[in-house]
Amino acid sequence: MSTDLTRLTAAELSERLASREVSAVEATTAHLDRITAVDGPVHAFLHVSADQALATAADVDARRSAGAPVHPLAGVPIAVKDVVVTRGLPTTAGSAILRDWVPPYDATLVQKIKSAGLPILGKTNMDEFAMGSSTEHSAYGNTHNPWDLDRIPGGSGGGSAAAVAAYEAPLAIGTDTGGSIRQPAAVTGTVGVKPTYGSVSRYGLIALASSLDQAGPVTRTVLDAALLHQLIAGHDPLDSTSLPDEVPDYVAAARAGASGDLRGVRVGVIRELQGDGYQPGVLARFNESLDLLREAGAEIVEVSCPHFQYALAAYYLILPAEASSNLAKFDGMRFGLRVEPDHGPATAERVMAATRGAGFGDEVKRRIILGTYALSAGYYDAYYGSAQKVRTLIQRDFTAAFEQADVLVSPTAPTTAFRLGEKLDDPLAMYLNDVATIPANLAGVPGMSLPSGLSDDGLPVGFQVLAPAREDARLYRVGGALEALLEQSWEGPLLSRAPELEEAR
Amino acid sequence: MSTLSRDEVARVAALARIDLTSVELDRLAGELDVIVQSVARVAEIATPDVPATSHPLPLTNVFRADEPVPPLDRDEVLAGAPAAQEGKFAVPQILGEDA
Repeated sequence: MSTDLTRLTAAELSERLASREVSAVEATTAHLDRITAVDGPVHAFLHVSADQALATAADVDARRSAGAPVHPLAGVPIAVKDVVVTRGLPTTAGSAILRDWVPPYDATLVQKIKSAGLPILGKTNMDEFAMGSSTEHSAYGNTHNPWDLDRIPGGSGGGSAAAVAAYEAPLAIGTDTGGSIRQPAAVTGTVGVKPTYGSVSRYGLIALASSLDQAGPVTRTVLDAALLHQLIAGHDPLDSTSLPDEVPDYVAAARAGASGDLRGVRVGVIRELQGDGYQPGVLARFNESLDLLREAGAEIVEVSCPHFQYALAAYYLILPAEASSNLAKFDGMRFGLRVEPDHGPATAERVMAATRGAGFGDEVKRRIILGTYALSAGYYDAYYGSAQKVRTLIQRDFTAAFEQADVLVSPTAPTTAFRLGEKLDDPLAMYLNDVATIPANLAGVPGMSLPSGLSDDGLPVGFQVLAPAREDARLYRVGGALEALLEQSWEGPLLSRAPELEEAR
Repeated sequence: MSTLSRDEVARVAALARIDLTSVELDRLAGELDVIVQSVARVAEIATPDVPATSHPLPLTNVFRADEPVPPLDRDEVLAGAPAAQEGKFAVPQILGEDA
């Protein structure tokens, strides 16, 4: 029996494509078939672009046959979160206000993916405009966690994480404003990286909060994340916040890490990101991973970040404030939905209000109104101004902590995947899912989540690694080492313990 | 710090140009009041001596070469618009009757 191509990592698939043992069309077809077979119940995809993906694959095969040089990931299929604009493919950001909208241009990261020849399988589900931690705020239905279809896949990038966890794609793109790459990775047993702010261009991301948003890789292994990060990183003149630096060698760091040698690496455990509110099973897996890091030669130190307890509050002022401004463009004039008011004159202003009333979901309305309020006259200093000061204090906490440690670690999320519907009516409870991931966005530092085992409930737990700004390579070194040590102890990847999904044929 | 009343939510929703039903207003007022009270704790540590940060990794004087590039394809852009006419966006009247 031939290998199931969907079970290969992107790195493995890339080797077989390069040796021409497998063709890009075969690899793409295998993943499209897998989507057909399991995406009904998982619902990771909002749109599947089979024809375009196969055309890209055929083109890559032709180039390889002709001996033309191609990118190492050429022919490795990828899924793209629906908040990233793709020319010719529908892009909704999970919102009814953009139903059926087809962008007239590509995001810079999509251009890089297209020029490298990765077939785009489709667009993945997400919380509307990336606002949420469970993908339940999508206007197009829930995505289900492949480990337990009654549970959330995390959010906002639940679709990308579920697609990778369900072997529907070896690679996916996510975006992380407060944890939307890392928290879904944690609850689906996959790997997610939020790069340093500015490492990956934001041009063509439908902006949620411009000072926090960052796109990054969603994969099953640390090496695959490094390969994808390497592809999408780099300076972009179209994004004024894009870092002008040379892109470091993430892939080499991941490979070096896989040797499992962490001698000389100082790992700081953040005191404030454990304890109350964290499930015992989550903390148990976290502590076991610390033991492995120690055995690998790392020095474990405890660090304190006293202002992190204010991070959530600052985030839920800064994000809504920026979102209320960014989402003003959805006015029913140039793209997406237009709704005329029931009665009275259909002036532009009234059409805009009717369109937004009909087109935005509950969470988007909540946050836009919160942000408008926080920015409004008389409240600006108390809310938005104070939140920006807290941001400074959190950055200082990081600076002090990174003087004592090369990387910082914590559980990625306080709990494993909860049941669909469980927190939908309690916005504050939903916001608490991101308590450990938000500080990195406020400071712009990079973070990774990788699987660290199963909790008492049999569901995956995520281990978060944070590094100083521009030191993303440290994530890959430490993450690569921990992954190798954990997989030795498990005798295989964690995902191999996930229940097999029933295939519809 | 003040709490967020139903009237205040209605006023802010109008500023944000979002029509809300009466049911939505009732629910949002309750939810937002809880959220605002929770996030207001930022003021506890935001003392005058702390500078504000608006951007995680500030870059200054960012320029790019001023080179002409092909614009977006007009038909593709207009195909995504709610209404188009004569190669332009068709929009509702901008001003009210009495303006």
